[in-house]
Amino acid sequence: MSDIPDSLRYTAEHEWIRMDEGVAVVGITDHAQDALTDIVWIEFLADEGDTVEENGTFASVESVKSVSDIYVPLAGTIVALNHDLQDAPEAINEDAYGSWIAKIELADVGAVDGLLDAAGYAALIGE
Amino acid sequence: MSDLFAFNGAKGAGYAQPAPISDDFTIPLALQRSAPARWPRASEPEIVRHYTWLSTRSHGIDSGFYPLGSCTMKHNPRVNERIVQMSGMNDLHALAPASHLQGLMAIFHEMQEVLEHCAGMDTVTLQPVAGAHGEFTAMRCIQEYHRDIGQANRDKVIVPDSAHGTNPASAAMCGYQIIEIPSLENGRLDLDAIRAVVGEDTAAMMVTNPSTLGIFEPEISEAAEIVHSAGGQMYYDGANFNAILGKTNPGLMGFDAVHYNLHKTFSQPHGGGGPGAGPIGVKSHLADYLPAPLVVASVDGEGEPWYDWYDPPKSIGKVQQWHGNAAATVRAWAFYRRYGRELEKMSEHAVLNANYLRHRIMNPTDEVRAGIHAMPIDGAPTDIVKHEFTLNMSPLKDATGVTGKDVAKRLLDYGYMAPTLYFPMIVPECLMLEPTETESKEAIDKFADDFLQILAEDPELVKTAPHDTPVKRVDEVWAARNLILRHPLDDE
Repeated sequence: MSDIPDSLRYTAEHEWIRMDEGVAVVGITDHAQDALTDIVWIEFLADEGDTVEENGTFASVESVKSVSDIYVPLAGTIVALNHDLQDAPEAINEDAYGSWIAKIELADVGAVDGLLDAAGYAALIGE
Repeated sequence: MSDLFAFNGAKGAGYAQPAPISDDFTIPLALQRSAPARWPRASEPEIVRHYTWLSTRSHGIDSGFYPLGSCTMKHNPRVNERIVQMSGMNDLHALAPASHLQGLMAIFHEMQEVLEHCAGMDTVTLQPVAGAHGEFTAMRCIQEYHRDIGQANRDKVIVPDSAHGTNPASAAMCGYQIIEIPSLENGRLDLDAIRAVVGEDTAAMMVTNPSTLGIFEPEISEAAEIVHSAGGQMYYDGANFNAILGKTNPGLMGFDAVHYNLHKTFSQPHGGGGPGAGPIGVKSHLADYLPAPLVVASVDGEGEPWYDWYDPPKSIGKVQQWHGNAAATVRAWAFYRRYGRELEKMSEHAVLNANYLRHRIMNPTDEVRAGIHAMPIDGAPTDIVKHEFTLNMSPLKDATGVTGKDVAKRLLDYGYMAPTLYFPMIVPECLMLEPTETESKEAIDKFADDFLQILAEDPELVKTAPHDTPVKRVDEVWAARNLILRHPLDDE
C-alpha cells in the first residue's frame, strides 16, 4: 500500500496537486516513485514563465529502470521549478509529497475540482 | 585484474608507426598533439593475455544460454566466418572499381533480392549499420517523399506504447513530433486510438509486429488502412523478424518501409556494440530517396551477369561510408545460403522454442510448484506467443520482496545471461525471454528447471545475487548519479 494523503488532488498520470493560493504545486505520487525505483535524474522540458497546456510534458524523471514523462495536470503558467531536485533527485524517493517539482499558476483555478481525489486515485491504482 | 593502461613495458613496445609515405603532406602545427598520445606499452603476448582474460570474465552466446528478449541472441555459425575470411571478400578495397568487386557485388545484389522477398518490399539498401540507423534512414526517406509530393506539413509520427524506444528516438531525430498511443488491455494495437490521432499531419506510424509482448497483431491490415487513408506511411520495425520469416511479410500487412537486423535474424554476431547491419526495404514510391549506392544487375556483352553501383535520383544522401558493414552482409548471405528455401524453418523453430520455454515455466510439476513462493503472470493473455514472451514477476515481489531484477541477477549465478528486464514498460516487473531457434530442448529444459528453482529459493539469497560472478551486485544508482566518462590516467 502506498501513501495517498486525503488533502491532495491527483491525476491518472500519477501526479499529485496541492493548491496554494491559486498556484498548483505539482509532484509525483508515492506509488509513482515506488514503481520507478531509484530516481537518478530529473530533466525540465519547460522553463519558468512558460505557458503550458494540459497533458503536455514539462519534465521527465529517469530511474535505473526507466524514463518517464511528467505531465501538466492543468493548463497555466509555470512560476517555479524545483531545481534543487537536479542535485538530489533521491529526495523524490525519500519524500514524494514533500518534493514538489513545479508550481503552476492555473488558467482556471476551478478546474482543480475535475481532478481525482484520494479515493479516486486509490481506486485507479487498485488500492 | 588486468588494466590495459597499467602495461608499461619498454618504450615503444607494442606498436610501431610506419614511416610517412611522403613529406609533401604534414599535419598543420596547430592540429598536432602537444605531447605524444599515451598508448599502453605492451607486447603481443601481454595483449593476447589481457583480452583472453577479459573474455573469461564475460558472458556471450559462445559461453552460455542468452535469452535476452527482443535481441535474438542466436548462435553465430562458424561457416559464416570461413566465407567472410576468404580473400575474395576480405582483401578488397572499398575504392576498387566495380570490375574488381563483381563477386562481392553479386552477393550484395542477391542479399538485396532476398531481403526484398522476405519483407515484400520493392527495393533494399544495405547501407545502414544498425537497426536504429535503419529506422532513421527510412524515416528520412518518408520525410523526403512527403516534401517531394508537397506534404511537408506531415510532422507527426504515431508510436504504440509497447514500441522499442528507438522508434520514437529515430523519428524525433528527423524532427518529427511523437504521438504515443496506448495499447488495449490485452496488449494489442488499439484501432480506435489510431483513428483518434491520425490526420492531415500524420507522417507515419511505426509498429513492431509481432509486438514486444511476443504477440502478432491480427488487425495490422486495418491499422495500415487507417493510417494510409489519412495519407500516412507505415513503418515496420524488423526487430522481431525472427518470428515470421517465410510465413508472412510486412508488405502483405500493408507496410511501406521496413528495417532488418542482420545481427539478429541473420546471425551476424552482435552484443558489445556491434558491428551490426540494419538494411532497409521500401515500396517503390520510396525507392528514389534511398541512400546511395545500391547494387543493380545487368548483362554484359557476353551474356554474363554484370553488377553496377547505382545512386537513386532523389537520394537523402550518405548515411554510412562505402557499402555499409560489408562483412556483416556477407555473413548474413552465408547464413541465408545454408537455409535457402527452408528459411521459414528457422522461424518455426524460434516460435516453437519460445512457446515450449513459456509452457515449461508456467506449468511446473505439482512437486516443483509446492516449493515456489509465487508464480509469475503471463505478460500477454494469449495461448500462443511468437518468438518471445514476457513474464510479470509482481506476485513474487508482493509475496517475498524479490523483484524481477533480483531474479535476473540470480540467473547470472546459474551461468545464464539475464533476460531483458523491465521492458516493455506496459508489463509490471517484466522479464522478457527469447530463446531463439538455436537452443536444444535439453538446454531449454535445464533453463526452465533452474528458473523455477530460483522462484523457490530463500528470498534473501536471490535479493543479494549474484554471488558467483567475477563482479557482485553493482550499485547502479550510484553509477547513474556519479558518471565517470573517461578512463583516468596515472598522471592525472
